[in-house]
Amino acid sequence: MRSSKPARRKQTVGQNLLTAFLAVLTLIWIVPLLFILINSFKGKFFISDSPFSLPTGETFAGLTNYITGLQLSGFARALGWSLFITVGSVAVIVLLTAMTAYYITRVKTWWTSLIYYLFAFSMIAPFQLVMFPTVKIADMLGLATPWGMIILYLGFGGGLSVFLFAGFIKSVPLEIEEAAYMDGCSPLQSYFRVVMPLLKPTAVTVAVLNAMWVWNDFLLPNLVIGQDERYKTIPIVIQMLVGSNGNRDMGAQMAMLVLAIIPIVVFYAFGQKYIVEGVAAGAVKG
Amino acid sequence: MTKSLKKYFLVFTGPTLIAFLIAFIVPFFMGLYLSLTKFTTLTNAKWVGFDNYQTALTGNTGFVKALGFTAVVSAISILTVNLGAFALAYLLTRKLRGTNLFRSVFFMPNLIGGIVLGYTWQVMLNAILRHWGQTIVNDWRLGMAGLILLINWQLMGYMMIIYIAGLQNVPPELIEAAQIDGAGKWETLRNVTIPMVMPSITICLFLTLANTFKMYDQNLALTNGAPLKQTQMAALNIVDLMYKQVGKQGIAQAQAVIFFIIVSVIAVLQLRATRAKEVDA
Repeated sequence: MRSSKPARRKQTVGQNLLTAFLAVLTLIWIVPLLFILINSFKGKFFISDSPFSLPTGETFAGLTNYITGLQLSGFARALGWSLFITVGSVAVIVLLTAMTAYYITRVKTWWTSLIYYLFAFSMIAPFQLVMFPTVKIADMLGLATPWGMIILYLGFGGGLSVFLFAGFIKSVPLEIEEAAYMDGCSPLQSYFRVVMPLLKPTAVTVAVLNAMWVWNDFLLPNLVIGQDERYKTIPIVIQMLVGSNGNRDMGAQMAMLVLAIIPIVVFYAFGQKYIVEGVAAGAVKG
Repeated sequence: MTKSLKKYFLVFTGPTLIAFLIAFIVPFFMGLYLSLTKFTTLTNAKWVGFDNYQTALTGNTGFVKALGFTAVVSAISILTVNLGAFALAYLLTRKLRGTNLFRSVFFMPNLIGGIVLGYTWQVMLNAILRHWGQTIVNDWRLGMAGLILLINWQLMGYMMIIYIAGLQNVPPELIEAAQIDGAGKWETLRNVTIPMVMPSITICLFLTLANTFKMYDQNLALTNGAPLKQTQMAALNIVDLMYKQVGKQGIAQAQAVIFFIIVSVIAVLQLRATRAKEVDA
């Protein structure tokens, strides 16, 4: 399968056919995205008539759909809150679950293993199981704000992250930390100066997996802050705009779907290597 | 060392544990309790014992049917996603041009959330179905096919990445040894490669199972259960009952508990079955 020879050598006929096959497959793969992109530039009445043609003179609508969509949906504000909640949650999750995982891995008692198993257990539970009480409790505690969402994500998403960090910390030799203790470091100093830098690869994995989840999550933010006109996130805006069956402005809907996808494509373009490696690493360690 | 660390319990674990208590542990026990009551808020719960469970399983909430539909969609998707993902990974770990670009494209749908994905596919499938004067919500079979297509499009790239990681860990010496012994491509694949990537198969089956069983966003966006709840999956069924029908929250909560038990049992059985087939190099 793999060989030590350099990858760039002449391909055989069979390999060229395979490459061509894969190229066609990737083209088919991006058809849904091309479809909404093309239609987002058509007048709203032409989308259902000629959905698969490129926009031409008569059907080309320029940026009209984008302008209407932005006015209708409050998309710009939603983008801001989505960014705030995602960045905030990922930062808090990476920082705090790493510390938690470190403690429960290094201090072995019955209650640290209980905590570990409770976290593992929370990974498998469907959200619907805790949905009603979580939303009500969040409301009572005044967590029905974008700031509160960060706390909820730490609690509900912490399981996977603790699990991944703990798996990695088990493989870190104790000697390094012991040396730091000998030199007079307190546990906090030795954690932040010695242990935390070692956790970087897992931190990337945890950050990627949580960013993908929090950014795209719909149900939790919709139930907790979705009723508040001020705090909608992107998935909520899309659901409200596209999911309403009344006056469907198809053009505006296509435009907003495109706008919802653009930040992800940009994120992917810049962080591709880390994202793909993070996903692979997350699966192997989990 | 452990001794001096021990005193720092609250510093290291406090914030995470408080959030975990608020978001999961307390709601979990409350949810168990509420499933045995009739309630509309947290404070007006009235004990009804196992009545909710009985209604969930025998009443007309559509829960059992939704579970069946979920099981069928999941079973088909788990099979197609994993066969497709493994085939892609197998091709993309060979010396071909452009493999990195291909991998990136196949993986991309995973970054797009279920709501956006669902509506994107809804619009496109409806545009195609228009040729036959149909829409995705006219016939449950169309809705089901649409869901399965969408799931495959979304998850195949993710599983492909995991299979690629697995395939790259197969020692090339093993493959070479098999080929020197005269094994053909298929024999090598079946007797060497597949047993060696069993850990990846375990995790991919688990992830597709968990993902498809708990699927909500895609279902809501693509069909929202139409026509007549025939394409409603279990997660959507529970949310609808909880928030759209007044006075049935207790039943919805009982359904969530049953759903949780089913998901856990299947996941544990699957993990056990595939873990047993894992081998060491």
